Order: sequence, then C-alpha cells, then structure tokens
Amino acid sequence: MFGTSSRADWLLLIAFSAFVLAAPVILKPFGAAYPDLLQKFAIYGIFAIGFNILFGLTGYLSFGHAAFLGVGSYASVWMFKLFTMNVIPAVLFSIVIAGLFALMIGFVSLRRSGIYFSILTLAFAQMSYNLAYSVLTPITNGETGLQVRQLVPADRAADYVFVLRDEDLRWVDQALGVVEEGIPITNLFGMKMSGYPGFYFCAVLLIICFFIAMRISRSNFGMVLKAIKSNQNRLSYTGVNTRPYLLTAFVISGMYAGLAGALLAVTDPLAGAERMQWTASGEVVLMTILGGAGTLLGPVLGAGIIKYFENIFSSINDTVLENVFSFLPTTLQDMSVAVTGMFVGEGWHLTLGLMFMIIVIFLPGGLMQGLTHLLGSFKRKFSNTAASTDSPG
Amino acid sequence: MDAIVLQILNGLDKGGAYALIALGLTLTFGTLGVVNFAHGALFMLGAFCAVSFNKLISLEQVILDATQKTAWGTALEVRTPYVEVWLGDVGTALLNYSVPLSILFTIPVMLIFGVIMERGLIKHFYNRPHADQILVTFGLAIVLQEIIKHYFGANPIPQVAPDIVAGSANIGLWIGLGDSVVYPWWRLVYFAFSAIVIFGVFAFLQFTTFGMVVRAGMRDREMVSLLGINIERRFTIIFGLAAIVAGMAGAMYTPILPPDYHMGMDFLVLSFVVVVVGGMGSLGGAVAAGFLLGVLQSFASMNEIKSIIPGIDQIIIYLVAVVILLTLPRGLMGRKGVMED
Repeated sequence: MFGTSSRADWLLLIAFSAFVLAAPVILKPFGAAYPDLLQKFAIYGIFAIGFNILFGLTGYLSFGHAAFLGVGSYASVWMFKLFTMNVIPAVLFSIVIAGLFALMIGFVSLRRSGIYFSILTLAFAQMSYNLAYSVLTPITNGETGLQVRQLVPADRAADYVFVLRDEDLRWVDQALGVVEEGIPITNLFGMKMSGYPGFYFCAVLLIICFFIAMRISRSNFGMVLKAIKSNQNRLSYTGVNTRPYLLTAFVISGMYAGLAGALLAVTDPLAGAERMQWTASGEVVLMTILGGAGTLLGPVLGAGIIKYFENIFSSINDTVLENVFSFLPTTLQDMSVAVTGMFVGEGWHLTLGLMFMIIVIFLPGGLMQGLTHLLGSFKRKFSNTAASTDSPG
Repeated sequence: MDAIVLQILNGLDKGGAYALIALGLTLTFGTLGVVNFAHGALFMLGAFCAVSFNKLISLEQVILDATQKTAWGTALEVRTPYVEVWLGDVGTALLNYSVPLSILFTIPVMLIFGVIMERGLIKHFYNRPHADQILVTFGLAIVLQEIIKHYFGANPIPQVAPDIVAGSANIGLWIGLGDSVVYPWWRLVYFAFSAIVIFGVFAFLQFTTFGMVVRAGMRDREMVSLLGINIERRFTIIFGLAAIVAGMAGAMYTPILPPDYHMGMDFLVLSFVVVVVGGMGSLGGAVAAGFLLGVLQSFASMNEIKSIIPGIDQIIIYLVAVVILLTLPRGLMGRKGVMED
C-alpha cells in the first residue's frame, strides 16, 4: 500500500521532526513555549492531520469530526478509571473505539456525497452530543464531565463494578500495588505525563501521525483518494468502487481524531461533551482550511496558528489594552480600548470568524498555498534575472 | 386524543420557525445556488431587531421628583418612557405591542442587510465550490453572533407578547375535547403568522411577473439571462426577501424563546436538516418538512414516548434526517439535479 517516498519527503519529515522536538526552544520568542500550549499544538495538529486525510484528499467535508474526538476522550478516561493510569492502553483503546465509531457512521454517511454527506455527519455528531448530555449520563457523567478520581480502598472494590462513583477501581494498578497520593496523574510506565514529558509524548505521536499521513498521501491508496476529489464519476466509470476507499479514509481520519481525544485526556484526565459539539467540528475544518487543505504541513500549521491566537487573544483583557494605548490622549485611549477590546478576551471568536472569512475569500488554498505562491514568484524572479544575465541577448 | 392534539399544537410554532428559516435557505439555494450557513444568524439578527426596537421605544425620561422621597430621603426618580410622555395612552399601547410592531423595523433592516451581504460577499462566491460557500458564511455567522454578543451580552433577553395575547387559548373547548387542551395565544399567533408569511412568499413567486421570472431563473438561469433579463438583480432581491423572512421569523419568536446570541446557530443546524429532509431546492418540501419535524419533535418529548425510548427527544430530528436521506436520496420533494455534484 505504501509507495516509496522521495528524498524530498524524507527531508520534509526530518525537518518537521526537528521543528516539533525543538518547539520549546523555537517558540520561546513567541511566548508560546509552555507545556500546556505546546501539548495543544501537537494534539490539535494530529486532529487536523487526520481531518485532512478525509477532507483534503477526498474533498468530503465532514461536519461531525468532533464526535470522534469526544469518543476518544471518554474511552481514555474510562481506561484510566477502570484499569490503569498508564497511557498506552488508554491511547490504543481510544483509537480502536473511535475507529469502530467512525466505521459505523462512515458506513451510513458515505452513501451520500456533497452537502448531504456534510449534513449526515453533522446529524450523527449532534446525536452523539445530545445523547452524551442526556441518556448516556451513566457513561459520560453528563454536564459535569467524566473525571479520574481517587482509588477505592481494596476492601470495598467488589461493590463497584463498572459504575460511575466518586472513587475509581484501576484494577491493574491495584494488582500491581501502585501507591497513589491525591488525584492520580497519567503516566507512561512511571513517567508523569504532565508538563514537558506530556508534550514530548504528544510530539512523538504527532511525528508518527505526520509520517503515516505522508505515506498515505504518496501511496496508491492516496492517489485513489485524490482521484475521488477531482472526479468521482470518472473513477466510477473506470470500474473503481470508491466506497471502500472512502470508508477507509473516513475510518483512518476518525482514528486520528480518537487519538487526539485520547491525548487531550492524557494531558488532562477529563472528558466533557462540549468537545463533541458542532462548533468543535467547525474548528478543525477551520484549522485545515487555514493551513491549506490537501497539503501535508498545512493542517498542523493551521492548528498551531489557531491555538496560538486563541491563547494569546483570549488572555488579553482591558487592563492590558489600556497599558498598550497609554501613550494616547484619554479619549483616544478609551476609543482604541473599546474597539480593540471587541476582538480580544471574550471576543476572541470575532477575530476567529474574521480570520476565517478573510482566508476563505482571499486565500482559498490556505496559508500553504500562499507560501507556495510566494516562493514560486521569488523563484521565477530569481531565475528570470539569472536567465537575463546568463544569456547576452 | 387530548394529548395528541396538544402535541401537534406544540409542534406547530416550532415547526413554523423551522419552516420559515428553511424557506429562506431554500430560496437562496434555488436562486443563487449558495449554501448559506449564515442564515441562522439572520434569524438571530431579526430577533435582536425586536430587542433593539423594544429598547429604543422604552427609552426613559428620568425626572427627579422633589415632592416624593425615597426611603433614603433623596428625591424620587420618576421614570417614564418618552413615548408615553409624548403620546400618552397611544405610547403605552406602543410599548405593549413592541414585538409585533418591531416587524416594521425588522423588515427594512433585514432587507438592507441582506442586499449588502449578497452584493458584498455572496456575489463573489457564486462560482466557488460549495465547501467555500459553507466556510465563508460560517465565518460570517460567527462574526455576526460575536458582534451581537458584544453589544447585548451573553444572557438571553426575554421579550413579552402584548397583553391581549398573554394568556392561553382553551382550544379544547372550541373543538369539543374538554378543557385540558390549552395553548398559549402567542404561539397560535406565531403559527398564523408563519402560515401567512409562507402563503405570501408562495403567492409572490406564483402570481407576480417578478416571481415568474425568478422561478424561471431557478430552473434555467442561463436561458433567462439569454432572454435579456437581468436575473442577477432579481436574485439579489430574493436574497433580501429570504433575509426578511428569517428576520421576521426571529423577531416574532422572541416571546417564545428569549433571544441570545447563539440561537441562530442552534436553529441553523436544525433548519439545514429540515431543508435536506424536505429536498434541496423544493420550497414546498422545506415548509412541509419544517412542520413535520416540529411536530415529530414535540411528540418525541412526550413522557410516554420517552419512557419507551429514552433520549429520543434529543435525537429525533437527526434520526429522521438520517432515515430520510438514506431512503429518499432527494428528500421528501427534492428536484432532480439540485446540489448533487
């Protein structure tokens, strides 16, 4: 299934890995070098890469991808609650569960294409969201969200099988005699998954995900997906049954989302239904579009930019603004604060919306397309001057 | 029997709102071929037109009355709305009828907004892929709702219906079902209102020359243009019309659901489902599906049904959408060849 990668791809992968692993140093000047934010970059990068495998390659716009993210989170937290705080089983279990979930939804939704597909995925995601809040409360803990709790004392463990209580079972940890103090923290064979270790765990997974996405995009399978995007009818006429390819892409992308959800739970063992809401699905669409759908680096770039601005913009408040504009006369200062205040803090979504519109209007191919154009025009200019100096008339 | 009638009635006002939004959405698809994710935001804008109209006419004159003292010994502030000061009883009546009267304010605002939106933004997206249209209007919806949030706050702002329709209608007695079937007057008004608007739009499209041209344009835009008709300008007006319909639907809905900034998004998702169930590009289908889903939703929230299938009230609309889309690819009454690429 995997074709051979060219040397350029290997270079890209190496550069990407180097950048990701060195992110704490590189992003320091931007004020983004703290673990919580870096973890978010990596996690949403994975989510967006996965979404891009579906949307970027096949052109099928799913508006319900957040459902898989949510399912992944719930699955992980349940693994933490029932078996062990070690992250490996949780991550694997989440990927499997999200994959199965995606298989079911994809099997049904992919019977339609275009906007009908978007609406079907949206409908399924909204159903999951609504159910998570209402009927599935025994599994999802409703509005409170599913949390990891303290260990139940061994003598009372027998009453507790699979029931949501204030204390957790963690059979494996108990059998191994792990001692916990206070609220437990996720770990990788004893290494605590908070702060930088947590980031590096996410970063390594991001690099692996990026590698897999790259190989998919270069493989024959990826070629079929791209062919579906450019002309599905013609592909059908040539005798290719596109459904299995689409379904595979959908499931893979669902598994990516499940992994991202699991990592959210790993870095902060809490799962809430708001992760499945359709605005969350809209966010990943935005990340992919912003970076450039169909490109390899684009989705990661988009995810990083959005999470970065979200973090920066929503932390600015009126006091900060007043300081920024303190050089102006009072009236002007008040006006500037009032105007810019709309776009920051609580109003960060306004900036997001505007950014969204500007990108779609002026740069439909996303930032990566913009960069490529820019590089292309540089190259052309360079080669033109080179050509004119080389050839004397 | 009583319960069934009551549930049908309960579904009608919500169904009316769905139908009106879906009608506008379908008009936009059918004429401009644009998937407008900001249509729910137009509904929300309409609702906030009603809110601002109410705020506007209830601006108060504050007079310090030295003859009366408050408990703290300061002069009592007497607050009277300016309309009452200027117009007396008529002013009081105006205040009381602020919600229905706000329609007069909503229509021009929404028309202007719709036309500006079409000329300024949507026009440039005629030939772009549907995904781009969805995304840019989604962005616009976020922008609109954040602006509203900035000026009106995040909390719902309740509006009151006129006193004359404040109570409940004892519909059961009218149709001989006993007095257990009661139904708020305003919801009845809303249903009647939505029916009138729907008939108005259909009559406009069916019986006027303008409507005829628009219908012809929906069938074959190129041919109509070749006949020398400026179809684009008419489509712009249709977009304005869709905005007006959504806006009025929102303004009148305020006494039923206190408007907040994200009501548009909530309704949008449902209305899209309604449009798809009704069949892309079919106006009749949109209206029928709107009422159908409204009524189904209220049936699903009956306790008897919920006890059999828990949680069904939360998912019924989506479930119906899934079933209909899988069994009837074009929805209930969809035309061939609309949005199938």
